[in-house]
Amino acid sequence: MGVQNYLYLSAILFTIGAAGVLLRRNAIVVFMCVELMLNATNLAFVTFARIHGNLDGQIIAFFVMVVAAAEVVVGLAIIVTIFRTRRSTSVDDANLLKY
Amino acid sequence: MSFPYAPVLAAAEPASVAQASGTADLTWLLLAFPIAGAAVLLLGGRRTDRFGHLLGTLASAASFVVALVLWLDMAGRDVEERATIQKLWTAIDVGRFHVDIALQLDQLSMAFVLLITGVGTLIHIYSIGYMAHDPDRRRFFAYLNLFVAAMLLLVLGSDYFVVYIGWEGVGLASYLLIGFWGRNPAYATAAKKAFVANRVGDVGMSLAIILMFTTFGATDFVRVHAAAAGAGEGTLTAIGLLLLLAACGKSAQLPLQSWLGDAMAGPTPVSALIHAATMVTAGVYLIVRSGPIFDLAPTAQLVVAIVGAATLVFGAVIGLAKDDIKKALAASTMSQIGYMVLAAGLGPAGYAVAIFHLLTHGFFKAGLFLGAGSVMHAMNDTTDMRRFGGLRTAMPVTFVTFGLGYLAIIGFPLLSGFWSKDKIIETAFHEGGVEGWTLGVVALLGAGITAFYMTRVMVMTFFGPRRWAEDAHPHEAPAVMTAPMVLLALGSVFLGGILAYGGMLQDWLEPVVGGHGEEEGVTTLSPIVVTLLTLLVVAGGAAAAYLQYGRREVPVVAPVGSPATIAARNDLYQDAFNEAVLMRPGQYLTRSLVYADNRGVDGAVNGLAALIGGTSGRLRRLQTGFVRSYALSMLGGAALVVGALLLVRI
Amino acid sequence: MTDPEFPWLSVIGAVPLVGSVAVASVPRGRELLAKQLAVGVSLVVLALVVALGVQFDTDEAGAFQFTEYHKWVPEFGVSYALGVDGIALVLLALVALLTPVCLLASWNDITEAPGARRVQTFFALMLAVEGILVGVFAATDVFLFYVLFEAVLIPMYFIIGGFGGAQRSYAAVKFLIYSLLGGLLMLASVIGLYVAGPGGETGFLRSTLEGASIDPTTQRWLFLGFFIAFAIKAPLWPLHTWLPDAASEAPPGGAVMLVGVLDKIGTFGMIAYCLPLFPDASVWARPVVVVLCVVGVIYGALVAIGQADLMRLIAYTSVSHFGFIALGIFAMTSQGQAGSTLYMLSHGFSTAALFLLAGMLAARRGSRRIADFGGVQRVAPVLAGLFLMAGLSSLALPGFSSFVSEFLVLAGTYGRYTVAAIVATLGIVLAALYILIVYQRVMTGPVAKAVEGFRDLRPRELWSVAPVIALLLALGVAPQLALDVINPAVDRTLQSVNQGDPQPDVPATAEQGSGR
Repeated sequence: MGVQNYLYLSAILFTIGAAGVLLRRNAIVVFMCVELMLNATNLAFVTFARIHGNLDGQIIAFFVMVVAAAEVVVGLAIIVTIFRTRRSTSVDDANLLKY
Repeated sequence: MSFPYAPVLAAAEPASVAQASGTADLTWLLLAFPIAGAAVLLLGGRRTDRFGHLLGTLASAASFVVALVLWLDMAGRDVEERATIQKLWTAIDVGRFHVDIALQLDQLSMAFVLLITGVGTLIHIYSIGYMAHDPDRRRFFAYLNLFVAAMLLLVLGSDYFVVYIGWEGVGLASYLLIGFWGRNPAYATAAKKAFVANRVGDVGMSLAIILMFTTFGATDFVRVHAAAAGAGEGTLTAIGLLLLLAACGKSAQLPLQSWLGDAMAGPTPVSALIHAATMVTAGVYLIVRSGPIFDLAPTAQLVVAIVGAATLVFGAVIGLAKDDIKKALAASTMSQIGYMVLAAGLGPAGYAVAIFHLLTHGFFKAGLFLGAGSVMHAMNDTTDMRRFGGLRTAMPVTFVTFGLGYLAIIGFPLLSGFWSKDKIIETAFHEGGVEGWTLGVVALLGAGITAFYMTRVMVMTFFGPRRWAEDAHPHEAPAVMTAPMVLLALGSVFLGGILAYGGMLQDWLEPVVGGHGEEEGVTTLSPIVVTLLTLLVVAGGAAAAYLQYGRREVPVVAPVGSPATIAARNDLYQDAFNEAVLMRPGQYLTRSLVYADNRGVDGAVNGLAALIGGTSGRLRRLQTGFVRSYALSMLGGAALVVGALLLVRI
Repeated sequence: MTDPEFPWLSVIGAVPLVGSVAVASVPRGRELLAKQLAVGVSLVVLALVVALGVQFDTDEAGAFQFTEYHKWVPEFGVSYALGVDGIALVLLALVALLTPVCLLASWNDITEAPGARRVQTFFALMLAVEGILVGVFAATDVFLFYVLFEAVLIPMYFIIGGFGGAQRSYAAVKFLIYSLLGGLLMLASVIGLYVAGPGGETGFLRSTLEGASIDPTTQRWLFLGFFIAFAIKAPLWPLHTWLPDAASEAPPGGAVMLVGVLDKIGTFGMIAYCLPLFPDASVWARPVVVVLCVVGVIYGALVAIGQADLMRLIAYTSVSHFGFIALGIFAMTSQGQAGSTLYMLSHGFSTAALFLLAGMLAARRGSRRIADFGGVQRVAPVLAGLFLMAGLSSLALPGFSSFVSEFLVLAGTYGRYTVAAIVATLGIVLAALYILIVYQRVMTGPVAKAVEGFRDLRPRELWSVAPVIALLLALGVAPQLALDVINPAVDRTLQSVNQGDPQPDVPATAEQGSGR
C-alpha cells in the first residue's frame, strides 16, 4: 500500500468537508465540515512530511491544530450567541451583513 | 580737461532730446499736484468735504502755473534744446523689455500741457458753481484731478507704454465721471459703454506696443522712431492701423464712435473737459506723435484720413437732428475731431494743422459746453432745445459767450475756428489727385453742415419765442461760472489768430512734427479760393438753418420727420447695429457657454462620477449576506488559482 | 539673526503648524482668544518672511538660498530639503501676506451654531494650510513636494466641507476627488522619475534631477503626470469645473486661501518642476498647452460674464487669469515667465480683495446672487470704492500690478505665438465687461430695498482689504521691485529648457533717452 493513498483519502475528506460547508444550512454542521477540511489538510501535511522525510509538514500540522482549537472556541461562542438571539442555527438566517 | 563732466558725444544723438536739467526738472510737479489732490480727496473721505472743491481747483491751478513756468523756460531756450526728458524711475526691465517712467516735455506735449491745465483749471472753477448743490462734489473734484493727472501722463510719457498708462487712466476717469450720477441706470450703462468701447481701442494700443517691442526691441519714442525706417512697410502699416484703432476708441471715430453721445450722461463740466477739449483728442495726439511711423506707412495714413473724413460727415449728420443740446454738441465734437484726424492723415503737412485745430477747438467747444451747462443750470437741467428759445435776454453773458463760441466753430472770419478749419480744408485740397479732391470736398461739405446744425442750436436756444416749461425761471449763472466762460470765449475769438500769425504754431511744432512742406505740394486751388469757397458754404448752411428754424415756429414736440431725420436722430442706427452684430450674439454666446460649461464640461465630470457610482451600486448587489455563497466564491477562486498555477507549470 | 545655519524655512513652516495645534486646543467658549492667537501667529510668519526677504540676495536670486538638507529615506533617495529661489520667495510672500488678511476677514464669518464645528477648528485649519503651503513652495525635493502637495488637500477639504455654504459637501468632495486624481497621476510620475533618474541617496533632489538626461519618450509620460496634476490644480480649461463650486461654497476666507494661494501650486509647479525636470517634453507639449491656455482665457471670461452668482463669477475670472499665467510660462520667454510670476502675485491679491469684498456683501445681504443687489454705492461708498479698485485690478488697469504682469505675458507670447497672443489680448475687452457689468448691477442704479440697511465697512474689514489694494498699486507703479527678484530665477528656468528670447527684427540701437 503506497503512501499516496493517504493523499487520496485527504482529498476525499476535504471534498466532503467543502461540499458540507456549501450545502448544509445548520451552522453546527457547517462548522464541523470546516473542521473536517482542516483535518484533511493535516493528513496531507503529515503525509508529505513522511514522503519528504523531514518534519516541516508535521510542524505545520501542529500549527493548524492550534488554530483549529482557537477557532472552535470563537466559532462555537458566536454560534451560541446567534442561536440565543435569533432562535435559529441556520446560516441563511444570519444574512444581515450585506450590501 | 576743463569740462570734466561734459556729456560725451551729446551732438551725436539723432533727435534733440536732452536729459532734463534746470527748470525742466520741475516737469514731474505737473503730475504731482493733481495726483496729490486726487489722493487726498479720495482717501480723506467726508472729512475733506468742506474744502474739497477748493483743494481740487488749487491742485489744477498749481499745475497750470508750473506749466507756464516750464513754457517760458522752454521758449527761452534754443530750438534744438527745447525738448527734454526727465527720467523718474525704471518701471520694468525684463530681458530686452525696458520701460522707464520718464516724462518727455517737448513742443508738442507743451502745447497739450498748457491746454489741459489751462482749460482744466477753468473748468474746475466753473464746477465749483455748477456742482455746488451736489452732495458728492468732493468726489467729483477728486475724479477731475485724477483725470488731469492721467491726461498729463498721456501727453508727457516718453514711451508708448507710459502713454498707455495715461491712456487707460483717462479712460478710467471718464468712466467714473460719466457714471457720476450712477443711481440712474441709463447713466451707469453709458459709463460702461464708454469704457468698453475704449477697451476695444486699447486692444489696438496693446498690440501696437507689443508689435513695436517684437519688431524693434524697444517701446520708447526716440528709439522706435529712429529705427522705424529699417522695418518693413507691412509691419509699419500694421502698427499704424493698430494705433489708429486705439485712436478711434479714445477719439470716438468710426467705427467705435457710439459711446460719445451717451457719455453726455456725465455732468456738463465733464463733457466740456473730457469729452470735448482734451481726452477725446488724445487719438489725434497719438497719431501726430507717431508721425515717423505713419510717414513710412502710406496705406495706414490714407486709412487715417478716410476714417477722419467719414466721421466728420457722420457726426455732422447726427448733429443735424439732435434736439438734446448736449448730444448735438457731442455730435459736433465727433465731427470736429474727424477734421483733426483727417488732417493728421495728411502726413507732415497736416500734423501741425491738426494740432492747431485741436487747440482752438479745445477752447471754443469747452466754451460751448460750459454755455450749455449754464443754460441747463438755469432751466432745471432740461436739455431739450425745443423747450428753450428766447434765452438771450434772460442770460446775456451766456448768450454772448456761447454766441462767440458758435461763431468760432462755424468759421466766422477772423475767429479761431476760421483759421484752423480753413487750414485743414486747404491742406486737404493741397494733397492733390483724387484723394485730395475727395477729402477736400468732404471737408468743405462738413463745414457747411456744421454751420447748419450749429445755427440750429443757436437759434433754437437763444432766439425765437419762449417755449419753456411751466416752472422754468431762467437766471444768469453766478460769477464763478460765467468767468471761465468769458475767458474761454476770449480764447475762441483770439487764439486762432494769434497762433496763425506768421505761422507761429507751425514754427513752434516744427522740430517735433516735421516741416510744413507746403511749397512743393500740388497746386490745385489757391488758398484764397478755398477760403472764399468755405465762407460761401458756411454762409449757405447758416442761412438755411436760419430759414428753417429762425423764421418758422419750432414745435415743442419733435415732428416725425423724414426717414433721414429719424435715422440721424437714432445716431444713424449705430447702436442698433452694435446691438444686432455684437451684443445679441455675444449674449447668446455667453448664455450658451454657461449652459455648455454646466452641462458639457462639468456634466462630463459629474457624469463620470455618476457612472462610477452607478457601477459600484450594481456590483454591491453581489454582497448577498449569505455565507454559503461567499464560501462558494472563495472555493471557486481557490480552484482558479490552483488551475492557473497548474497551467503555468505545464 | 544672520546665522547662516539658522533653519529659516523650517521655522517659517513650523510656526503656523504649531500655532494651528495651539489654536485648536483653545477650549470652547474662548473663541476670541483663538482668533487673536491665530492672527498673531500669522503675523509672526509674516514678520519672519519679511526678515527672510531682507536677507535674500537678489543678485543670486536664480540659485536656491537658505537651503537645508537632511536625509529622510536615503534608501529611496528621499530627503528633507528646503530652499527658495526668486520665484518661490515671491510665492512665500504671497502666502504670508494673504493668511493674516484671510483670518482678519473671516473674523465673524464663522459662527458658533449649535452642533456646528468649532470656530477654533476653522482658524486652526487655515494656519495648517499656511504651514503646509510654505513647505510646498520651499521644498527642493520632489518627493517632499509631492507629500506636501497632497497633504494640503486635507485641511482645505475640511475648510470647505465644514464651514461652507449649502452645497458644501458636494463641493468639498468634488475638490478632493479631482485633486486626488491629479495627485495619483503625479505619484506615478514621481516614482517613474526616481526610476528613470540617476537615483542614489539624493535621487529626489531637484538639483539632481534637473539636467538628468531622461530619454524623450519616458520624459513625455512623466511630464504628463506632473502637468495634468498641475493643470487640475491651476486650473486650466477644461479641468476647471471644480473651482467655481469649491470657491463659491467655501467661506470667503477659505476661498481666498484656495484660489489666491493654494491654486498657485499649479502654476508654480509648472514653472518650477515641469519645465526644469522635463525640458524636452515641455517644448514638445508647448503648442497644445498654449492652445488650452488661450481657450481658457476667452472661455473663462465669457462664462464669467454669464454668471448670476457673485462668487462663481470671481471663480471664473480666475480661470481666465490662470490661462494667462500658464500662457506666459509656456511661451518660454523671459518677459512671459517674469510676467506670469508677477501675475501669480497680482492675481492672488486682486482675487483676494474681490472674494473678501464679495463675502462682505454676501454676509450683509444674505445672498450671493448678483440680482439681489443694487445701488450699494449710495449706501456703502467705501465698500463700493474698494470693490471697484479690486475689480479694476482684476481687469488689468494700468497702475495696478496685474496690468504689468498681463502686458508682460502678452508681450512675451507675441514673439513666439503671435496668433495666441492676439486672441488672448481680446480677453482684456471681456475682462472689462465682466467686471463692469457686475459693478453696474451691484453698486449702481437705484438702491434696492434689501440693500438700504447696509452699513459700510467696519475698520476691521477695511484694514483687511486696504493693504492688499495698496500693495497692488505699489507694485503697479514700481513693478521692478518684484521683477528684480524674479528675473534671475526665470533666466535659470529658461536656461534649463534651453529657450532664449526671440530677437527683434530691427533692433533699435540708439540707447539714448532711456538712460539705461
